[in-house]
Amino acid sequence: MRTVAIHAVPEEQLTHVTFDATMEERISELLTHYPTRRAALLPVLWLCQERYGWIAPGVIEAVAARLGESPAFVQGVVTFYTMFYTSPPARYVLQVCKTLSCAVCGGRELLEHLKARLGIDLGERTQDGTFQLIGVQCLGACGSAPVIQINDDYYENLTIEQLDALVDELSQGKEA
Amino acid sequence: MEPVLLRARGVPNSRHIDTYLAAGGYEGLKKALTMDPEAVTKEVLDSELRGRGGAGFPTGRKWTFVPKEHPGPKYLICNADESEPGTFKDREIIEYDPHLLIEGIAIASYAIRANTAYIYIRGEFVRWARILETAIAEARQRDILGASVMGSNYRLDVWVHRGAGAYICGEETSLIESLEGKRGFPRLKPPFPAVVGVFGKPTVVNNVETLACVPSILTRGAAWFASIGRPRNTGPKLYCVSGHVRRPGVYELPMGVTFREIIEEHCGGIRDGHTLKAFFPGGSSAPVMTPDQIDVKADFDACAEAGSMLGSGGVIVLDDSVDMVEAAANLAHFYAHESCGQCTPCREGSDWAMDILDRILEGHGRPEDPATLLRICQYASQGMTICPLGDAFALPISSIVKKFPYEFERHIAAATPRPPKKLPVLPWAGPRPGFDGQ
Ligand SMILES: Cc1cc2nc3c(=O)[nH]c(=O)nc-3n(C[C@H](O)[C@H](O)[C@H](O)COP(=O)(O)O)c2cc1C
Ligand code: FES
Repeated sequence: MRTVAIHAVPEEQLTHVTFDATMEERISELLTHYPTRRAALLPVLWLCQERYGWIAPGVIEAVAARLGESPAFVQGVVTFYTMFYTSPPARYVLQVCKTLSCAVCGGRELLEHLKARLGIDLGERTQDGTFQLIGVQCLGACGSAPVIQINDDYYENLTIEQLDALVDELSQGKEA
Repeated sequence: MEPVLLRARGVPNSRHIDTYLAAGGYEGLKKALTMDPEAVTKEVLDSELRGRGGAGFPTGRKWTFVPKEHPGPKYLICNADESEPGTFKDREIIEYDPHLLIEGIAIASYAIRANTAYIYIRGEFVRWARILETAIAEARQRDILGASVMGSNYRLDVWVHRGAGAYICGEETSLIESLEGKRGFPRLKPPFPAVVGVFGKPTVVNNVETLACVPSILTRGAAWFASIGRPRNTGPKLYCVSGHVRRPGVYELPMGVTFREIIEEHCGGIRDGHTLKAFFPGGSSAPVMTPDQIDVKADFDACAEAGSMLGSGGVIVLDDSVDMVEAAANLAHFYAHESCGQCTPCREGSDWAMDILDRILEGHGRPEDPATLLRICQYASQGMTICPLGDAFALPISSIVKKFPYEFERHIAAATPRPPKKLPVLPWAGPRPGFDGQ
């Protein structure tokens, strides 16, 4: 598996976002799935997060303008959901499941280990911007606890040794 | 029982449409298209299939609620949000047999005369959303979906719609709001989605596993399906077992096996050196059950009789190493995080319960805490909230308080008073003439 790193576009470059032809094409295609423009909001936000790495205020304005919504409405939607990044994420976002099945099957230990190894607490990121650690709720893979999601990918049944090897690989710039 | 829902697990290249077709796939849809939509619904009614998403509502009945004469569009939504803690079965179906789901979606859509279906899949399931998109593209290419479904004059488009991280969006009205591009705030019912659903149109919401049962009901008949299990509790069932068993995983078993069979036979029992302490029979929102209830049948009615629910079929097994107060606190954190915030009893109640449980664990429990917890739970359930998330948080927590009182007593007996909190002091902004007389 290759976990693709996130490359967050700096905020300065996202103050006035105009969608290029590829983005426009994909947005137009998405709009054909729904009878209303508003319904395309989540898919368009996903598209933007893929493209820019996060949902900057400038992105919110561009999406709002494209779909005929107010920026305030789009902002309200963005902040309701946990998966849209409203600040630039690190290259690898380590999402450790904290819910019951994982917690009692080694998840708590994994989390403590990660905190100690990276020297950061939940919600923080490493100085070099490689890792960010967040606690998440049940990932729907409890049978293979403990589970960690890194960017888009699931890593299941992880031991501390496997996790260490993974973190080594990722921090050496290789995409695992 | 030979597997029905997990037939493809372990088959090489099982996701590909050719593999599916070679194994007799899309025969159910082909047959449905020769029947009246009402006859398809009748078949599903007769099979006594009940929804696998949590509530166990009879699927055929739900389909009959869609007004037949409604002039405008109707929609089918497949609920692939899979967000109930302890549940990981829908992912298994999508991973190995996406076409089984697509066939079920197509048959259900035909039965309710919908020309558009959406699969709402949780945002974290990126891989499985892609698998579905690939499978849909294959089906379109073979004219199994699209303008003329398998050569008939029935048109069906299926779209994958990704959520973005919110447990509440598994609840059907919240899902509908989310699909419409809004914050996932549940709607008051009635009107029910079957009458006023997505985009204001009649909509049926069914779980992945429910829809995956439909093709074989068509090919093998309602009587075959109803012969598995017992009346009102029929068909094959996916049990997801997690926690302290030797072999956790997804097991397809006839509805109505006992929890003993599931835990001891199929999952190899509790891990070495430990004994069973408690289990949640149907996801974390079901009231907890104790070892003396292990011979209860894992079906809808038997779980209800035992004071719990089969829910999503997510069996969370906890052994004697678990502190039940910690388990309750863990779940309280989950629900406090996931409450959408519309209704006060759920929003404030889950936070308050979380604070109390955390305080007990920090060694500052108070004798009145268990009673307070029960009171909070009472007011968050029993229809006091717009959607059942209030019950979902109240039932497991109150059941733990009731069934494991001694664990709370032990913590509370050893507790010390919490040192008073230092209140933040406002920064001094200089003299305030006329206010404090200086
Ligand atoms: C808080 C909450 C969360 C839910 N989460 C899910 C879910 O993740 N997946 C699901 O299929 N149903 C979920 N449901 C149940 C749905 O509201 C709905 O009843 C179900 O999708 C109907 O499908 P079925 O009739 O096939 O069971 C949830 C319900 C509640 C109250
Ligand atoms: S509890 Fe961690 S994936 Fe479900």
